[in-house]
Amino acid sequence: MIICAEDLTFAYNDSLMALQNISFEISAGECVALTGHNGSGKSTLVKHLNGLLKPTKGRILVANKDTATSRTAELASQVALLFQNPDDQICKQTVWDEVCFGPQNLGYDKKKTTTLVQEALALFELTSFEKKNPHDFGYSERKRIAMASIVAMDTPILVFDEPTAGLDSYEMSLLINTLKKLQSENKTVLVISHDMDFVAENILRAISLSAGKKVFDGKLRDLFEQTDLMTESGLLHPQTMQLSKACGLYSSPLSTDECVAAIAEQLGQPSLPNA
Amino acid sequence: MIQLETDHLTYLYPGSESPALHEVSIKINRGEFVAVTGANNSGKSTLCYAFAGVIPHLYNGHMKGRVLIDGQDNKDRTVSEIARHLGLVLQIPGSQMSGVRYTVFEEVAFGLENRGVPREQMLERVQTVLALFGLEEQATRSPFHLSGGQQQRLALATVLAVDPAIIVLDEPTTFLDPQGAKLVFEILRKLQQQGKTIIIAEQRLDLIATYADRVLAFDRAKLVLDGIPREVLTSAMLPDLKLKHTRYTQVAQVLQQKGLWPDKLTLPASLAETVDGLSLRRKTHDYLC
Repeated sequence: MIICAEDLTFAYNDSLMALQNISFEISAGECVALTGHNGSGKSTLVKHLNGLLKPTKGRILVANKDTATSRTAELASQVALLFQNPDDQICKQTVWDEVCFGPQNLGYDKKKTTTLVQEALALFELTSFEKKNPHDFGYSERKRIAMASIVAMDTPILVFDEPTAGLDSYEMSLLINTLKKLQSENKTVLVISHDMDFVAENILRAISLSAGKKVFDGKLRDLFEQTDLMTESGLLHPQTMQLSKACGLYSSPLSTDECVAAIAEQLGQPSLPNA
Repeated sequence: MIQLETDHLTYLYPGSESPALHEVSIKINRGEFVAVTGANNSGKSTLCYAFAGVIPHLYNGHMKGRVLIDGQDNKDRTVSEIARHLGLVLQIPGSQMSGVRYTVFEEVAFGLENRGVPREQMLERVQTVLALFGLEEQATRSPFHLSGGQQQRLALATVLAVDPAIIVLDEPTTFLDPQGAKLVFEILRKLQQQGKTIIIAEQRLDLIATYADRVLAFDRAKLVLDGIPREVLTSAMLPDLKLKHTRYTQVAQVLQQKGLWPDKLTLPASLAETVDGLSLRRKTHDYLC
């Protein structure tokens, strides 16, 4: 297990119990969605992975290292974390320097750094921006710069806190291609997202939090079957499932093709393969 | 009755070579619920800023054309005068926080204090708005200790607390969970029913399809589509604008290719429109059989 949380509990200074007795395991190469309502503890949880926060009780092991006793700099070679707000992350004056920051700090040589940075910039279509100041761009470009920065670190584990927020559909396709590439490289990926259509189509396993407690861990499709849990977690079904429910269908389609097939069947037509 | 108008509005940010808005003319009536959509950098946020007078008053860029609220040119009023008529909710909630109030309760009261609202009335108003956005339990916490989504709800609450006639929102659901995003649209619908004018920049097309009366679609600084949601959101132009049809439209498109969507019926953009179309198909089909 590359990530292992045991009875993880965390309270902020203002005594709010942000996480309570959370246990889960994630194997190397898995891609997992972390879902839950606003304020459920998702961001607090992922900040434990690279030791930015230390558990009040319990522990979390990342690549067999206890994050409570490891330095964040040490954990950074294992876990790259995308902050929810790119402005919490961006600290350099050019896009190139910003994306170099991670690999340089991990001690990669110049040649490796250059290759990784070029690849990451290309993934998010930022190559032509490399000499520009990140702060001169809009929110979604800053977000892409922040995402490229963590991909360039080439760590075994990548954590994306709300990568889809504020992206348009084209930028979303760049993110989806990146996630596919990371999975093909056997990276372990944890994605916080509220976008159920994005999650349904790209990720198989979900861990869901509600008010600091783990309320679900399993196949995303099984989460969607549990309406009470969906409500408790602040979630709504993907559009294809909402349509299937509204039409009185029993199936739970997660893609356009599955949805068309189910409706065609109900309308008394054979479910023809998509033309 | 026209309440809000842009007249050949063109705007260039300082140092930029291409305009963020180009020759944009829009007329919005009192009580309309207007969604503004388009890819990132198409001009949505700039339009919101222009409505609120942030452009040109707080930015030095180059502006041509006019923005009028109730017939009065924004250039002739200060941003704070405009704020008496129009409330602006920013996309990044951290930018909306005053930074000088230390609890969620005080942050919501800030705008009311500035207007000299009597204390009793102010306390009541703050409590109502906090309850509306489910923030009662956060009332004594620091705005900066809230989660991203809670901060966004707080930003909405601060603007609604002062009860402006026109509410302009720049992608206010970016950080909200799906139920929270839906709740915002439900609240906006209620405000519209009370006579408010709503203008919302938004990329969640399924929500726009359900709640808006009218959709403006932007592409690279220009207004390219203006119509009812079903017309704009099913337009074949959408992919060229880097926008993705809703799943409902996508499903109906494939059904149409298979001859399973009612003849001559426009494609749907929302869930309700799709369900209606399918039940119509079922009825006419049963009749024919």
